[in-house]
Amino acid sequence: MTGASEYTHDTDTSAVRRGAATIVMDGAGKARGGRAQNRVVMAMAVIFGIYAALGGRLVHLAMQEEPEASLPAARVTASRPDLVDRNGEVLATDIKTASLFAEPRRIVDIDEAIEKLSTVLPDLNYQQTYRRLDSDAGFVWLRRQLSPRQQADILALGIPGLGFRTEKRRFYPGGPTASHIVGLVNIDNKGIAGIEKFVDDQGLADLQATGLAVEGHLEPVRLSLDLRVQHIIRDELVQALDRYKAIAAGAVVLNARTGEVVGMGSVPDYDPNNPVNALDKDRLNRMSAGVFEMGSTFKLFTTAMALDSGLVSINDSFDATRPIRIGGFTINDFHGKRRVLSVPEIFIYSSNIGTAKMADVVGIDGHRAFLQKIGLLGRLPTELPEVALPTEPKTWKKINSITISYGHGMATTPLQTAVAAAAMLNGGKLFPPTFLPRTEAEANEIAEQVISPKTSAEMRYLFRLNTEKGSGRRAEVEGYYVGGKTGTAEKVVNGRYSNNVRFNAYIAGFPADDPDYVVLVFVDEPKPERDGISATAGMNAAPMVRNIIRRSAPLLGVKPEFGQESNALLVSQQ
Amino acid sequence: MVSRTDRSPVANWWWTIDRWFLGAFLLLMGLGVVLSFAASPAVADRIGLSSFHFVTRQIVYMLPAVVVMIGVSFLSPRLVRRLALVMLVGALALMVLTLFAGMEVKGSRRWLHIFGVSIQPSEYLKPAFVVICAWLFHEHARQPEIPGNLFAMLLLGLVIALLVAQPDLGQTMLVLGTWGAMFFIAGMPWLWIAVLGALGAGGAFLAYTIFPHVADRIDRFLTGEGDTYQVDMSIEAITRGGWFGRGPGEGTVKRILPDSHTDFVFAVAGEEFGIIILLIILSIFAFVVLRGLSKARREEDDFTRYAVSGLVILFGFQSIINMGVNVRMLPAKGMTLPFISYGGSSLIAMAISMGFVLALTRRKPEKRRPVAYAQPAGREAVAG
Repeated sequence: MTGASEYTHDTDTSAVRRGAATIVMDGAGKARGGRAQNRVVMAMAVIFGIYAALGGRLVHLAMQEEPEASLPAARVTASRPDLVDRNGEVLATDIKTASLFAEPRRIVDIDEAIEKLSTVLPDLNYQQTYRRLDSDAGFVWLRRQLSPRQQADILALGIPGLGFRTEKRRFYPGGPTASHIVGLVNIDNKGIAGIEKFVDDQGLADLQATGLAVEGHLEPVRLSLDLRVQHIIRDELVQALDRYKAIAAGAVVLNARTGEVVGMGSVPDYDPNNPVNALDKDRLNRMSAGVFEMGSTFKLFTTAMALDSGLVSINDSFDATRPIRIGGFTINDFHGKRRVLSVPEIFIYSSNIGTAKMADVVGIDGHRAFLQKIGLLGRLPTELPEVALPTEPKTWKKINSITISYGHGMATTPLQTAVAAAAMLNGGKLFPPTFLPRTEAEANEIAEQVISPKTSAEMRYLFRLNTEKGSGRRAEVEGYYVGGKTGTAEKVVNGRYSNNVRFNAYIAGFPADDPDYVVLVFVDEPKPERDGISATAGMNAAPMVRNIIRRSAPLLGVKPEFGQESNALLVSQQ
Repeated sequence: MVSRTDRSPVANWWWTIDRWFLGAFLLLMGLGVVLSFAASPAVADRIGLSSFHFVTRQIVYMLPAVVVMIGVSFLSPRLVRRLALVMLVGALALMVLTLFAGMEVKGSRRWLHIFGVSIQPSEYLKPAFVVICAWLFHEHARQPEIPGNLFAMLLLGLVIALLVAQPDLGQTMLVLGTWGAMFFIAGMPWLWIAVLGALGAGGAFLAYTIFPHVADRIDRFLTGEGDTYQVDMSIEAITRGGWFGRGPGEGTVKRILPDSHTDFVFAVAGEEFGIIILLIILSIFAFVVLRGLSKARREEDDFTRYAVSGLVILFGFQSIINMGVNVRMLPAKGMTLPFISYGGSSLIAMAISMGFVLALTRRKPEKRRPVAYAQPAGREAVAG
């Protein structure tokens, strides 16, 4: 045999050797050993399967997104469009603020965290914050809408488990200037009052809900307001509140041709940037959400009604010699002339007796129908959500018609009254007021002819006459031909009309020959400016109107006319 | 290093030991120390101990554990059996003692306070029980007239009675499962499997009806309703970690996850080190179990086969239950992750247990004897 073949042989033998060994072993414990081996293989398969399942589960978990749901639910506040006045001045805009949240389970030391936070937020409530941070919640708000300085200070504290979320916050550059019109948003930037709420109700809220209100893509909403006039109004109101020690005052400047509200204010008001007191009862928007017995200003509607009915002519006269006695009440005149008064005299002397008699000519049903027609019995249709419903007697009797003819026994909102007065002066066209821009053409389209242009012209004459000769002289602004009607209403105190608690109003139009604007001013419970003068509307509401017109008419582009006197001046100068 | 020709016990050990096993165990122990840095300071802070209380203790226990494991791995199968017998008797005695003198923690008496050290006898019982059962199965197989199987069953009954009395249903299930797997491997007839399976199901149902907290946990697992707080937190931790983890020390769920250093160390590892690490840990456990069973399959000695498979199955079941609970594949059940979870008794007992495995899986030259014995016959056959 060669070495090579021996090698081959050896290899063969070793193979056989292994075979032999197996045979021997099988012989030793074939049944048991073989079965055990199979069983072990089965066990291995099962255990491998279990581990594979666990591994699969881990891979499955790894594929899952981090459970953000249990963490901060994204509450990025909604974007809102800017609100601008008619000239593009910003009334309300969004600014970005940081809101502080905590992830309680990541807070290492609650006491330390609160203690440190208190150095930046001194008004943090310890108990409440501790309770929040001690919970197992994944996310709690600690303070919304912090200033950049506060945010920087909190970041510098280096407390783990705190974070910031950028939120939109509404900012009103004018502060309280137009608060009642612009309105308010809540902490989630949802409109809750004023035009802000109106904008949401117009579908912005739906847009936001569907996520379409993308940042920066919202067109500003332009209002009919003129910020300059608005400022003048508020300024005069605040001054008047102080000067007459009144509990409230309000004013509106209304475009008589379009129904646009150019400016409207009611004080006391609130700062929408810090609306802590916005819900105080005292701070409601009295112009649209307050109802008042307007008093003698209502006579303008009675007069217009009587003239427009055709039953009374401007040249008619009524006997105002004696008070009217009806149902135990006595209707008397404040500035009693005790004689027969012509219609213009009734108007300028503000005769209750004369006005009541004019209403009597029209009759109860006609009276009510007229007030209904000029919108004084229903809810005023406008954009502002805060609109009160006027009140009227449940059943109209003669006494009701008589008292209502001079403004008692039913209550309307001042804004509504101004709107109806505008219709009396502008040729008889009634249109709902608007806080959004509206052209004259648009206004004419929706206008409702409530009195004839002739009656309206007569009303302008009466208005002007009253300013020239009657109770409204203190409202005159040279060159602007202010025409107006005063109203000094006695307020009901403990169920009785009191003769020293008053609600004074003044409704004016200017220029009176063809008014561009109607101004209504009221002052609630004014006191005499100084001893020795009375606190009637002619003494407080009329000067307020004068101030507002004097300051705002040039801004509104109303040209002053100095008529004959100015001509004479020009001639004399030549 | 150690010369092949060196015949000293250490050299002998070095050349015969299964280094893959040794490596895997040491790796797991090392991971245990590393992960205790992640998982236990949060718990220590929460219960008002110094931050590194559990870390220190983990390390302090780890050193004797390594020594014990390697020490035990020097033993011969015979000595393994003897040691197991001693442990079994000792652990049974201590468990009886525990029922009367044990510390009551959360309604169970599992811990015994001896010389200032608290030990959990049931941890030591498990490996000893497995080895003794393997021996009994082996004796029965070798000499069917010896009622090994019957003894094994009686022993199982005794152990289970003691565990249920504590009560410790987790360990009961573990022991039952392991014993069943061993019995299965030992060649239990399929009829028996059916009968015992039915008994097991009946027992599980009984546990469900008798112990309200068991029923509660099962219900919660099945319906997903009720207080699944721990497991929810565990899942959150793992998902937060993602593939690569948040980074060491960046875990936050551990601050609120109860038992994050023992039963939920796996989830903490997931949050900080990522699911890849979890898969690696899982693979190490699977490797140990499958390698152990694979060795058992090739093993010719029945006792060694049963003992090795029983021990690695015990090890495997424990890891499976722990990880299964952590990933919400099993109802909530307190079970430590071998070598990784904090726990002195558990660690030392596991070291002994794996020391047994190392000892039994050492390459034994005598095993080749049948081959050598058959050699002449083979050669003759070829020659002939």
